[in-house]
Amino acid sequence: MTELIQLAQQSLWQPTGLVEQDISRTLGRIMVPGVDYADLYFQYTRHESWSLDEGTVKSGNYNIDQGVGVRAVAGEKTGFAYSDEITGPALLDAAGAARAIATGSSRSGAVAVRRKDGLTPLYQPLDPLDTLTESAKVDLLRNTEQLARELDPRVIQVMVGLAGVHDTVLVARSDGVMAADVRPLVRLSVTVVAEQDGRRERGSAGGGGRFGMDWFLEADRAAEYARMAVRQALVNLEARDAPAGDMAVVLGPGWPGILLHEAIGHGLEGDFNRKGTSAFSGRIGERVASEQCTVVDDGTIPDRRGSMTIDDEGEPGQNTVLIENGILKEYMQDQMNARLMGMRPTGNGRRESYAHLPMPRMTNTYMLAGEHDPGEIIASVDKGVYAVNFDGGQVDITSGKFVFSASEAYLIENGRVTSPIKGVTLIGNGPEVLTRVSMVGNDLELDTGVGTCGKEGQSVPVGVGQPTMRIDRLTVGGVAVS
Amino acid sequence: MNDLTVRERPEAWHPVPADDQERRLLDVAESALSEAGRMGTSAAEVSLSHSSGISVNVRNGEVETVEHNRDKSLGVTVYFGHRSGHASTTDFSRDAVVACVGAAGRIARYTEEDPFSGLADPELLAREMPDLDLYHPWEVDMDTAIDIARRCEQAALSADDRISNTEGGGLSSHHGAALYANSTGFHGLSRTSNHSISCCAIAGSGDAMQRDYWYDKQRDRRKLMDPEAVGEETARRILRRLDARQPGTMSCPVVFEAPVASSLLSHLAGAISGAALYRKTSFLTDSLGTELFRPFVRIHEQPLLPGAAGSASFDGEGVATRTRDIVREGVLDSYLLDSYSARKLGMESTGNAGGVHNLTLESTAGGGLEALLAQMNHGLLVTELIGFGVNQVTGDYSRGAFGFLVEGGEIASPVQEMTIAGNLRDMFLALEAVGSDTDTRRNLRTGSILIGNMTVAGG
Repeated sequence: MTELIQLAQQSLWQPTGLVEQDISRTLGRIMVPGVDYADLYFQYTRHESWSLDEGTVKSGNYNIDQGVGVRAVAGEKTGFAYSDEITGPALLDAAGAARAIATGSSRSGAVAVRRKDGLTPLYQPLDPLDTLTESAKVDLLRNTEQLARELDPRVIQVMVGLAGVHDTVLVARSDGVMAADVRPLVRLSVTVVAEQDGRRERGSAGGGGRFGMDWFLEADRAAEYARMAVRQALVNLEARDAPAGDMAVVLGPGWPGILLHEAIGHGLEGDFNRKGTSAFSGRIGERVASEQCTVVDDGTIPDRRGSMTIDDEGEPGQNTVLIENGILKEYMQDQMNARLMGMRPTGNGRRESYAHLPMPRMTNTYMLAGEHDPGEIIASVDKGVYAVNFDGGQVDITSGKFVFSASEAYLIENGRVTSPIKGVTLIGNGPEVLTRVSMVGNDLELDTGVGTCGKEGQSVPVGVGQPTMRIDRLTVGGVAVS
Repeated sequence: MNDLTVRERPEAWHPVPADDQERRLLDVAESALSEAGRMGTSAAEVSLSHSSGISVNVRNGEVETVEHNRDKSLGVTVYFGHRSGHASTTDFSRDAVVACVGAAGRIARYTEEDPFSGLADPELLAREMPDLDLYHPWEVDMDTAIDIARRCEQAALSADDRISNTEGGGLSSHHGAALYANSTGFHGLSRTSNHSISCCAIAGSGDAMQRDYWYDKQRDRRKLMDPEAVGEETARRILRRLDARQPGTMSCPVVFEAPVASSLLSHLAGAISGAALYRKTSFLTDSLGTELFRPFVRIHEQPLLPGAAGSASFDGEGVATRTRDIVREGVLDSYLLDSYSARKLGMESTGNAGGVHNLTLESTAGGGLEALLAQMNHGLLVTELIGFGVNQVTGDYSRGAFGFLVEGGEIASPVQEMTIAGNLRDMFLALEAVGSDTDTRRNLRTGSILIGNMTVAGG
């Protein structure tokens, strides 16, 4: 960790000659009477992306962003300012603006910062942009595209995107904690359009995590995404209209865990619960799921997209049990909401960038494996829907209503998976849906590493996962009324 | 409630004078373009912007957040013949600008020849840049901002005892400028300001909680709704949702209330945008000249509308925007193209690099929402949509919805936990009426929309 702090100081402070005393002085300046907590968040981010469509790697983009966010918290009030210049005067300037939420006057104290150490990084502090040459990046896109086209003559369009982020952050808090992280993040995505008899359908696949771009070349991964995307598009060419109405739904393993993210995850974030605006407010200790359901938010899985050695407030990533055997155990917290609720921070304080305020956010949210064989779960359904892949979802945390839309789904008839269906959006009620889970599979999978969560205009990378599960009743939003 | 006054001003958070900021944009643009020239590029273009402002939120009468925003950015695209590369940065220092142009050059050496790439056709560049009344900066002080947000929230909280909780009242005010310039010597600067008042509150408790919000957004703060009116409208919208239940599963006509009706225009805009068309990822591929709607439907673009959310005299490539019909007498008359997609399709840019400019669906009904509900008689009124269940390739549509059952032309009862589904092609053809209650807060302007038939799934 000390090594991480040195790395971070080199790229964040050294260029303009900032030293630890500047940090101490700035924090001291913010901590006027009435201010309970303050932090400085330094960030230097390099982002690169390449994209291919119509057979040509026609564009690439490189972005550098850096800055410092300064926050002062007084009770439930937050003052925030940021600067894209990491200099002493800019820091003091932002500090003056941030602390104006409090009524005290300036004083000339200083906050001694101490380095947080003893943490084991969950990923290598490497620069993913440097893990492949530019030619190799372009070849990766081209080869992936060619494979997708060769798989089936019905493939008429292939779009491939490769992106990498090298993110260096350093947090200094008014309680003296100083911590840093270097976070690599890469992602490869493949979308194809297939055409048959004038009908077009799409399929997509992808993956990534906190490692180098060379990961895609190993174990035939890029090729596997191409195969998955093509297969999905071809399945959808055969798909018929989905039914409308309530029925049993079986969700496949992995990415369908988006159900957990929408149905319960957001509703268990500390800010909504402190304010009492979540459908889960005040329900700790209550049954919110069937006994077979245990759900965690785990930021500690090595190399995962949603993992963080430290969160954006310097708290180590943690594995938090949200629901244990159906009983609601704990909310996800950042510093401010944990303090105001008298609970512990859970390493869920995250922000999109230095120019955004941190708030409680998910990391990797998944359900633990159960006992049932996936085949047995499908065989148990007379008439229902089997959904194995999804585009995205959304939730209204106050009413608890959530939706998520399938990109690949099938009918189940008499215990067997039959026709593919399209246009499947599932809608349910968060506090209710998991109480209807009657079977949980033994096949836990995490998603492939492509998820991005949006909240109050801020995007952060996340993961989800689950085993196959049966929900006895959920509203299926197709067009076919029986 | 008494300790809200902010006695100390942020000493050094003075806004930089607008003219100085704009001079800096021009200087940085000039320096980036000349650096690109030194690198031996055949062409280059830059987009720059700066903005500053404040956002405050007041919850339960107390300040919740005060955010000071100050942002700037530089984006550079360089061309070596038909190879291109793009880079961007938030750092305007000389070294950073040089590094940014260098990074774009590095990318361009590895991208592939693409005969359709390049700057916009010089013939199409904007020559006139009229004042569109988009710039009314407001150096609002924190106390005033907090007071407005508090009044807005208070109006919602005191509207009815059933209002049980709040996400607060908010005020935000931002202004800035954007500059586009390219190596042919073209440059265009636009100044804009945006001010908004918002409120979000909650009624009911436990399993029966309902949340809703309202906001107003204007270029000129003097045109903003009164904060109290925003709060009252928020309360009205929440209270009517109480005791919502599932509606059952059925086929019926659906009215999209104006604020959510604009999403239908957004799906249309996405499907007739150049990138979706040349990639064949649109259900409206090759549909120019075909009848998408019934003959009474007119959809047009009004880029020069004074003071509007989407007004601009040139697009993201400097191309002059045009006042024109997109759908005339129900027939698709024009796509939305930038230079690249236009060349791919063998057409000419329509001035839509970066999006549409006040895409407007003309009203067809003699009245607003009430007239549409009367026309529908029995069906569903949708007031909020959630989820991403729209497939642009096929037009398949299935989204989560909140709203009201309508009986005999009147709102009968609130409903939730349902989806509305159909196919956009069918939904467009089934568009029966557009209300006069045009929502002008956004770049997509429409009143409430009546769609003749959709599938509602809800238990």
